[in-house]
Amino acid sequence: MHYLFAPGLFSSGPVRTALLVGAVVAVTSGVIGVFTVLRGQSFAGHSLADIATTGGSGAFLVGVNQFWGFLVAGVAAATVMEAIGVQRRRGRDVATGVVLGGALGLAALFLYLGTLRTATTGASFTVLFGSIFAINPDTVPALIASGAVALLVVAALARVLLLTSVSPDLARARGVNVRLVGILYLAALAVSVSLASVAIGAVLSTALLIGPSATALRLTKSPARAMAASALVGLVVTWVGIVLAYDSYYWPPHGHTWPVSFFVVVLVLACYLLSNLRPRRRQVPRLAEGAMAKTAVVSRPQPASIPRGDDPPHPPDVRAGARTTPSPPQGSVGEAHV
Amino acid sequence: MFSGLMLNTWIAASVVAVVAGIAGFFAVLRGQTFAAHAIPNGAFAGAAGASLLGINVIWGLLVFAVGGALGIGLLGGEGRGRNARHDVVTALALVVMLGLGALFVSLGNQYAEETYADLFGEVFGVSRGEVLPIVVLGVVAALAIGIAFRPLMLTSAVPEVAEARGISTRRVDLYFLIVMALATSMTVPIVGALLMFSLMIGPAAAARSVTARPGTAMALSVVIALATVWLSIALSYQTNWPLGFFVGVIGAVFYLIGLAARTVAAPRPAVR
Repeated sequence: MHYLFAPGLFSSGPVRTALLVGAVVAVTSGVIGVFTVLRGQSFAGHSLADIATTGGSGAFLVGVNQFWGFLVAGVAAATVMEAIGVQRRRGRDVATGVVLGGALGLAALFLYLGTLRTATTGASFTVLFGSIFAINPDTVPALIASGAVALLVVAALARVLLLTSVSPDLARARGVNVRLVGILYLAALAVSVSLASVAIGAVLSTALLIGPSATALRLTKSPARAMAASALVGLVVTWVGIVLAYDSYYWPPHGHTWPVSFFVVVLVLACYLLSNLRPRRRQVPRLAEGAMAKTAVVSRPQPASIPRGDDPPHPPDVRAGARTTPSPPQGSVGEAHV
Repeated sequence: MFSGLMLNTWIAASVVAVVAGIAGFFAVLRGQTFAAHAIPNGAFAGAAGASLLGINVIWGLLVFAVGGALGIGLLGGEGRGRNARHDVVTALALVVMLGLGALFVSLGNQYAEETYADLFGEVFGVSRGEVLPIVVLGVVAALAIGIAFRPLMLTSAVPEVAEARGISTRRVDLYFLIVMALATSMTVPIVGALLMFSLMIGPAAAARSVTARPGTAMALSVVIALATVWLSIALSYQTNWPLGFFVGVIGAVFYLIGLAARTVAAPRPAVR
């Protein structure tokens, strides 16, 4: 026991804060991440985290609590991305990329100006990689509140979100404002990502967003179960990571703590790889039953269940949310415009 | 501004821009923007690892960039749902490399300025010894893309036709990822991990929004990348602000100009 839980683990204030905040982040990211993976927006999720860095460094420059900087930049970027993003997948990726590039440039400037002013050299490291043991206890209520808001938004949208993720055309035909749903969802994503950025760092919040949910979606096809499993995996991974990081003080090199993010990331990868080992059964995904039954009426170009190669015959778009419908070749460069 | 040490900067940055323009064109065309972000970003961890071990940074970059490319290419799989799985695997590869980077940096007691330089670039300290490997790697990467130009084009534009002709999309994907890794590993010490990506995507996306012809688009992409880098160096030299800021913002501005030009030139009905 002594080796597993180093002395003073649970009596330390920062550790308790870390465990609490870690739990909030893991659950929020886990639930929202399921939609991120389903919608194929991993890149947007990661970019929002990176862009939140810009807000974080801006806040650092102005001298406000970094959490607000993360939040404002994240939500603003989400809106811009959805606004200029072409609705097609590739165009969306490029729009995301360009917004991200500009934001990172700003981050570089803010950090540079910040270090000029205060001569605090550790700032870039803190902003990027986070410091879960150095959370100001005063921000904890705000963290929990924004996590709850993000969860509520996604819960309220859950059905519509699933529909727009699985089949945007069908959703549109039913009169759903796909774009509005997209913006609301990205805003919720931005909130949850900013939260994670504070806790384990902007860059590594991606790990908690994508890893557990990708793992969960490998294990189950029911969206509700996937969300629960994803939250659970995220929670376990985060707590184990925190405990290990605390223990690592006694590991070589002596008297030096290993970063929490390192442990979290390694555990997340292990979970994902392990879930890949599970043999895929031939089963009709439950997620699909409802949606696909209706989609069939709208007449897909191909029957949904032609087995291709060694791929098990599950209906398209569900496991991944990929829009694989081949676009007709136009012009000489595939899709003529981005 | 063009004296001895700065000359190295100009040469190295120009090589970087040309390669970024070419590689970026295909990255945008193939929809591998995320990979173009993940590989340089993750390679930063290699730089941190190399300085922890006390070896030349470029080896660390090379190992991590190519390792990341292999991870993305091999785990990505193929078949249905490939795109989204690709996304997930790319995100995970990125995150794992960055996690290692965090570990290396924290173990290495490295100065924060060095981390900052790896991430955001340090273009004004290029020594003559550093210029040569950059030029060599640049030529290799450009040649590698030139050799595989046709299969790259075909698998990007009409994957179905490519498959029908017996070209494995997956193998071409992997090939391109590795070339991108090569191109990346030389550039990270110059423009920085985070902004190598802007240099690849901004100019290429701008070029593609103006023209649909591959040859013209690629040339335009290179020209815009060169213009971005040269402008950035000049401005950064004058203002002393970080180069990365100018590269990121100018790249985004070029993209917006491209979008605007397209809207003005050919107003198309919004296809939603």
